[in-house]
Amino acid sequence: MKKELTNREAVRMAIDTAMQKDERVFLAGEDVGKYGGSYAVSLGLLEKYGPERIVDTPLSESGFTGMGIGAAMNGMRPIIEIMTVNFSLLALDQIMNNAAHLLHMSGGQYNVPLVIRMVTGAGKQLAAQHSHSLEGWYAHIPGLKILTAATVQDAYDMVHLALADPDPVILFENSLLYNMKGVLDTSAQPLPIGQAKVMREGKDLSIFAYGINLFKALEAAETLAKEGIEAEVVDLRSLRPLDDETIIASVRKTHRVLIVDEGWRSGSISAEIMARINEQAFFELDAPMRRVCSEEVPIPYAKHLEDAAIPSPEKVVDAAKAVMEEA
Amino acid sequence: MIYKMPSLGADMESGILAEWKAKEGDTLKKGDVIADIETSKGVIEGEVYEDGKVEKIVAKEGVEYPVGTPLAVIRTEKDDDATIKKEIEETIAALSAPSGKEAQPQQEEEAMKTETAAESSASASEVPKSAAEEIFGTPAKAESRAEGERKPEVPVRVRATPLAKKRARELGVDLEELARKVHGKISAKDVEEAAKRMQQKGAVPSASKPDPMRMAIAAAMSRSNAEIPHYYLSTPINMTRALEWLRELNAKRSIKERILPAALMIRAVVKALQAVPELNGFWKEGPIVSPEIHPGIAIARRQGGLITPALIDAHEKNLDETMKALTDLIERTRGGKLTSSQMTRQTITITNLGDLGVEKVYGVIYPPQVALVGFGRIMERPWAEGDAIAVRKVVEASIAGDHRATDGRTGALFLAKLEKLLQKPEDLQ
Repeated sequence: MKKELTNREAVRMAIDTAMQKDERVFLAGEDVGKYGGSYAVSLGLLEKYGPERIVDTPLSESGFTGMGIGAAMNGMRPIIEIMTVNFSLLALDQIMNNAAHLLHMSGGQYNVPLVIRMVTGAGKQLAAQHSHSLEGWYAHIPGLKILTAATVQDAYDMVHLALADPDPVILFENSLLYNMKGVLDTSAQPLPIGQAKVMREGKDLSIFAYGINLFKALEAAETLAKEGIEAEVVDLRSLRPLDDETIIASVRKTHRVLIVDEGWRSGSISAEIMARINEQAFFELDAPMRRVCSEEVPIPYAKHLEDAAIPSPEKVVDAAKAVMEEA
Repeated sequence: MIYKMPSLGADMESGILAEWKAKEGDTLKKGDVIADIETSKGVIEGEVYEDGKVEKIVAKEGVEYPVGTPLAVIRTEKDDDATIKKEIEETIAALSAPSGKEAQPQQEEEAMKTETAAESSASASEVPKSAAEEIFGTPAKAESRAEGERKPEVPVRVRATPLAKKRARELGVDLEELARKVHGKISAKDVEEAAKRMQQKGAVPSASKPDPMRMAIAAAMSRSNAEIPHYYLSTPINMTRALEWLRELNAKRSIKERILPAALMIRAVVKALQAVPELNGFWKEGPIVSPEIHPGIAIARRQGGLITPALIDAHEKNLDETMKALTDLIERTRGGKLTSSQMTRQTITITNLGDLGVEKVYGVIYPPQVALVGFGRIMERPWAEGDAIAVRKVVEASIAGDHRATDGRTGALFLAKLEKLLQKPEDLQ
């Protein structure tokens, strides 16, 4: 079944469907119940499923994330919503020391089938405590899977993929994408975890991006095409595991690399991707790799400063041209 | 006596004076090394041909000089002060004169000043050839050398992308050469375009940078084919006895002392040449038979190319000494340390392509020699003996002869003698 809807609706629909199909699934987090979720993702679900399955929690990230881990270990399928990635750091001890490591530390006896959804990204003038992109940090941790939906289809599919996975999966949802519309095909076979997707074919350079920056990259590719540069745009989708195969295949095709990553440059996921390309396809490169990242500052509140701090289609175009000129 | 840039082979037109091995005042004996000369064949030790004292060193290290250019003055017994003075003046004049006769030989000090001036000028590496030619007569070819003079090439840093390097390897493009033309970074596109240009020119990619050694061989061989009317003869030689004898001999020896079949063959060639001396010598407006036998042995260099250094005084060596000399020759060739007599005194060439599996070798004579002996691979072959056919180890021995110097009959006599000698290996000791 195909229909057009927003990202927000796709996530809500996915949670709704999952809760209908599986009684073990519940949603917990700050304001997810009566308020309908701070980004209105869970609007209406409390009325449908009641407070036992749509659980409003106190402002206590470590507490309710830990609760989710315990529930998961005991056979439930919790979806924990954390309002923004900045706040998730309060739950980092639970996420890393427990959720990510329990399977290993129990000698394989305990899986933790936990799903954590968190909001990421800048662009809504929410200043330094609500605007960061720390996906790269989480992608550093073995034992976690990190998914970043960009399209409506992925927003829907990834909730199901995460719930089906026996281990902790973190879904990063960009706040600016919630209102973006797209077509959802609920009958389509979801692309598995760990697989990237070529969104636009091109022969001159590969642009790797994820989340909202995928659309900035696609917009940049349109501009570049008008100037005769055919960029291939790849949606990374999964930051851990990374899809080396698709990445390297694209490098072999275009020989030039640009990475768009809203994380800070130093020690970012873009740095990891560059390292892997260097390890696996050095002799395919015809120009130094480049990346467009966020400025290494706390994301500012002021609109023009915020815009200046994060990737934009213009920055992507400029960087792409620089890569082409260097070759 | 004036020490001149030696001609280390008919194909040599000039050499770089790499390093002086003696200094002024040193007393040298015939055969002592005075300088290292760098040629397209590697670094050669330049020897002196007479006893004497190094009176004056004039030529500069690192400079390329045409063959025959005076480089230093050596005082031998028969030289008096006047001769030496004249020789020094001539040598300095030859090396310092900007051109031909314009430069008058002056007082030594004056001349040295001129030289210093020339040295400090941009064209320091250019050797004024005409003076040398006027006075001492360099080979005719040296004249055409001017444009081929080694240009002082500034080393370039190759800034190529990894893909460009990969493509360059695949397409046989010389990145260094390309770096001289492309400003900034070399990309895969630059390499591909260069490869395309090479193809359009009809050049094989690998020919983009001619190996100087290849060019030297090319010149000598072209000359040979143009000037020397060759005749070719070959005969199969039963090596069964010889190899069996060698096997028994070697069984009693340590690995170091063992004799290779090649040494036995060289020894046989030398003895056969003693019986048929006409093949051992030169053609210089007429046949010259050499009383000494210095066979040039074809040896492959590690870096490619082939050299045929002389196994000096092979006629005075028994089998063990021949083997020893052969080992030494191979080591020197591969190590790039041959002496000038090894490079120049060959009286005949022996080539053995057996290790590459060919059956017969028909060689091209290295001028001004008059013959070349070739050996193919030792093969097991059906061999008629009396009324029966047996399997025997057989080698095809061939001779390429200069028909101006000898006739086919001479070659046939030589091969017959060679065949006979190899049937009685014990006599070759």
